[in-house]
Amino acid sequence: MTTETRNPQRQDETLNSIGIKKPRIDGILKLTGGADYAADRNLPNQTYGYPVTSTIASGELTGLDLEEALNMPGVLDIFHHDNFDRLSRSPNDFAAENKVGEPRLPFEDNTIYYQGQYIAFVVADTFEHARAASRKVRAHYRKNDEQLTDIATLDSGEGELPGEDVPGDASSIGDADTAYAGAAVKLDQRYSIAQENHSVMEMHASVAHWENDRLTIYESSQGVVFQRNALSNIFGMPLEKVTVISHFIGSGFGSKLFMWPHAVMTAVAARRLGRPVKTVLTRQQEYLNTGYRPKSLQRVRIGADQSGKLLSLHHDGCNETSPAGLHDDTVSASSMKMYHCENVSATNHLVTVNKCAPTSMRAPGEASGNFALETALDELAIQLEMDPLELRRRNFAETDLSVQLPWSSNHLKECWDNAASRFGWDKRNPTPGAMKDGDEIVGYGMATQSWEAMRQHCGARVGFRDDGTLLVACGTQDIGTGTYTIAAQTASERTGIPVEMIDVRLGDSSLPAGPLSGGSMATATVLPAVSAAVREAVEKLKELATAEGGPLENAESDSIEIKDGRLVSGDRSIEVAELLRQNRVGMIDGEAHTAPGDEKNQYSFRSWGAVFVEVRWDPGISRLRVARVVSTIDAGRIINPLTARNQIEGGIVMGLGMAMFEETEYDPHGYPYNNNLADYIVPVNADMPQVEVELLNHPDYLLNEFGARGLGEIGLTGVAAAVSNAVYNATGKRIRDMPVSIEKLLSA
Amino acid sequence: MRQFELESVEAIDQAVRHRRVHDGQAFIAGGTTLLDLVKLDVMQPEKVVDVTRLPLKRIELLDDGRLKIGALVSNTELAKHEIVMRDYPVISEALLSGASTGLRNMASTGGNVMQRTRCPYFRDPDMPCNKREPGTGCSAIDGINRNHAVLGTSEQCIATHPSDMCVGMVAAGATLVLEGPDGQREVAFEDYHLLPGDTPEREHDLKPGELITHVILDAPRGGGQHYLKLRDRASYEFALASCAAVVNLDGDNIGEARLALGGVATKPWRADAAEAALKGQPATQESFERAAEAAFSDAVAYSHNGFKITLGKQAIVRALRDATARARA
Ligand SMILES: Cc1cc2nc3c(=O)[nH]c(=O)nc-3n(C[C@H](O)[C@H](O)[C@H](O)COP(=O)(O)OP(=O)(O)OC[C@H]3O[C@@H](n4cnc5c(N)ncnc54)[C@H](O)[C@@H]3O)c2cc1C
Ligand code: SF4
Repeated sequence: MTTETRNPQRQDETLNSIGIKKPRIDGILKLTGGADYAADRNLPNQTYGYPVTSTIASGELTGLDLEEALNMPGVLDIFHHDNFDRLSRSPNDFAAENKVGEPRLPFEDNTIYYQGQYIAFVVADTFEHARAASRKVRAHYRKNDEQLTDIATLDSGEGELPGEDVPGDASSIGDADTAYAGAAVKLDQRYSIAQENHSVMEMHASVAHWENDRLTIYESSQGVVFQRNALSNIFGMPLEKVTVISHFIGSGFGSKLFMWPHAVMTAVAARRLGRPVKTVLTRQQEYLNTGYRPKSLQRVRIGADQSGKLLSLHHDGCNETSPAGLHDDTVSASSMKMYHCENVSATNHLVTVNKCAPTSMRAPGEASGNFALETALDELAIQLEMDPLELRRRNFAETDLSVQLPWSSNHLKECWDNAASRFGWDKRNPTPGAMKDGDEIVGYGMATQSWEAMRQHCGARVGFRDDGTLLVACGTQDIGTGTYTIAAQTASERTGIPVEMIDVRLGDSSLPAGPLSGGSMATATVLPAVSAAVREAVEKLKELATAEGGPLENAESDSIEIKDGRLVSGDRSIEVAELLRQNRVGMIDGEAHTAPGDEKNQYSFRSWGAVFVEVRWDPGISRLRVARVVSTIDAGRIINPLTARNQIEGGIVMGLGMAMFEETEYDPHGYPYNNNLADYIVPVNADMPQVEVELLNHPDYLLNEFGARGLGEIGLTGVAAAVSNAVYNATGKRIRDMPVSIEKLLSA
Repeated sequence: MRQFELESVEAIDQAVRHRRVHDGQAFIAGGTTLLDLVKLDVMQPEKVVDVTRLPLKRIELLDDGRLKIGALVSNTELAKHEIVMRDYPVISEALLSGASTGLRNMASTGGNVMQRTRCPYFRDPDMPCNKREPGTGCSAIDGINRNHAVLGTSEQCIATHPSDMCVGMVAAGATLVLEGPDGQREVAFEDYHLLPGDTPEREHDLKPGELITHVILDAPRGGGQHYLKLRDRASYEFALASCAAVVNLDGDNIGEARLALGGVATKPWRADAAEAALKGQPATQESFERAAEAAFSDAVAYSHNGFKITLGKQAIVRALRDATARARA
């Protein structure tokens, strides 16, 4: 473990590679088709798997007629409950880094828990043969009369939310009940967010291949180490015999954090057939088998005084979970930290539905919880006849009361001011419907954005090569966010070697273990590890350089610096590559493992932001459009303004989807109605408003030496609330259930 | 893999002859409907006849002022054609509101007329659907029917006809030219698509062996024209409600108005009652609203699509207002 210094008073160093607008170093590969995604992998003698899925939502699989399918051309085998390997479940433990998407193993029992559940797996010599045969599998079921796919049907609309309390999920400070009872101004409202699916561009895919007793699996994964660990548990194999490779990912948004059952089916089939198996899920299968943001119901109660000071806050959540795998979205948890309120209570309930396991989806929990809280605050401001921004200012959290810790760094006030002035918030007319423009009514709304800042342990290896290039390797992955690029920038910063000469290797579980690409923590986690690995390697270089007869013979190790790829001591210097060549050494490497330290117990780490939205409502044709979004983000030091802005803009677009369109629908019989991109509506280019993002750049040195936090999720938070608040300002209609659809606007 | 035979034809009689010999045969033009449905296992042709080499790619102005469009003219070419943009803006606007640029480049005029409903139950071979498998029942009526029709429905099927172009053509007035084993015949465009009734599997008046060779648009009606499409997102979505309006003024009053609706009906819908309600009336908001009421007086709402009645009326009122403004301009 390498030690690091963290110091808030630290002087900003002059940085050369970090903080510059560096286009993605893998961009050319992506543009030219050189990026090898999982489904692009073709191995000799490869076969193709195609899952057969349940057409009922709840019941039992009583039989499978396979004969016709087995006799179809090219079919090699069909796997199902009666002939599948007996495996062990993964312990499914996040801390042990073996969490999976759905702990239930494929075909584990004959119970049907949800529509789309895998009931058989056909393997054939071509994809088309496997698909054609899959349609000839005849399944017999005993169907249950009842199934549950919408938790809203259980909600009475008042009082407690449905579902079971999750032990350990409730948190509180002060006495929210008493404070609420005594408050002069009260609000008690319910909110909901529809189920959303990740709708990733690149389909989920596995290509599994066994060589003797070693398994290699190419997967579109946001966590190669987690998947490696899970597979090793499931197959009872030592870690070093499993390798998971994921060089490029065409977005994941959380659906690829944890392994799904198709990977296990693929690996089993490859072992049994002694041939590689490739499985690429269809869009329909993916909508039903790779997780989703669960629908959540929420209740917010606020007690305040006439000046708008928050006296009491209750935030209760309830989200869907699955019999095939528990998922707690903890939608209310962030409300413990958002504002200064001494009496807060947050709870979460779960309801089991007939769907596959839900999972994390970009800003899990917080995006949903933020919507309820930030909409409730807008409602409170209206009740108080106060500007909604002013209400928030009056309740700024100077410290994190929930854990009694100071913030490591918090520039929320600057975010509010900066975004409000760029947006022109002062021109807002608070009276609903008062701002008109031709056929349209203009509405303004705002919300606070927030996401926790985290850091994990991480390993990295670097190697100085005698051709002047530098290898950087880490067992994390780049999910399209720019991790390759910022790893190169970091190594460049610490060595002076240009980014173009740095060869970054990620997405391979056999590299030093790196973090999941999720939770907005990869940047804060990976960068210090790369930097520390450089230091390790440089120490070895110094020994070489100062050795007898070496170019820096007798120099004090401390006097030597690495600059522009050269070791420099006073007026002597040597190019690193030259040093290696002189010593006939091909590469000098260094490996380091870094981890967060005690700062976690001394400070509370969060990123902050403010988002302002202008909507346009044309009541004559019930048309709602978002015209403008302005957001200012405080996420510590910005490592690469290009990729950073891109993340925030992408988050905003997803937030617009949540606010306006996205809803995975199940019909009253449990049938998934819109499990495809034609019927599941996401924003398209024509829906893009003018989006103006500003990134404050205040390093948070308490988190790591560069002061970087993460910003993959924060852009999404706040958007749904800002839209719904703007909708109220335009229409006078308060839509508390996302998405805001035409029929809700017509009936409100 | 499901095998099918693919044959390319060079002449119309070849195409038509083939169709008679083989049952379970389909023409392929742009393929944007057919290939989708084949992959979903909804259409399972044993033989596919590629008609893209047929000489049906011209747009020709006839002596009587009508415009004759070959069935293989792409949606993009048609929308961007000089005469269509000038004399039939309602059709150009309808086409440009549909699908995406890439799809419009592939999609043909004939294929657009023949496109199938987007009812998700129809598109999933595991679900009961009277249109796909007569007699199995309609999953939408007591399932989710937000995208379904409120006009022209039956107890057997409530699916909408999804085309935008066809709605524009109904408003502009058009005739279909069909070529079959028994020769050529013409059908009025608005009579071509059929109501579901008890036979939702029968969607149009195309006899076995027949090919659409042309659409002939009526001589331009002039006046003000507008196609308005309402939907959740701004692009790349089928209509929840749409209205094609062609308005000719007679002073301050409406002389003749032709109105057609999309997204709300089981076929491209001529709103005759609304047209009648407008005739000779002052071109005012009140008249437009009365017409909209008339258009939906027979509408039947299902569990999720009641809002389409309101939205459809709004589409009519706004399309009339804007078409009238253009007529005045
Ligand atoms: C993602 C997506 C979005 C879309 N959005 C819209 C939209 O918003 N609005 C809209 O209106 N449409 C939309 N469409 C539908 C699109 O307009 C149609 O798919 C297209 O017009 C069909 O034309 P094609 O030439 O590709 O037909 P094909 O797929 O080649 O053929 C369709 C059918 O017509 C038959 N056929 C083709 N030509 C002839 C002929 N000359 N005579 C007789 N039969 C023939 C074929 O046998 C087949 O059954 C969308 C389609 C997709 C895939
Ligand atoms: S509406 Fe028509 S197409 Fe849809 S399920 Fe019912 S019968 Fe089938």
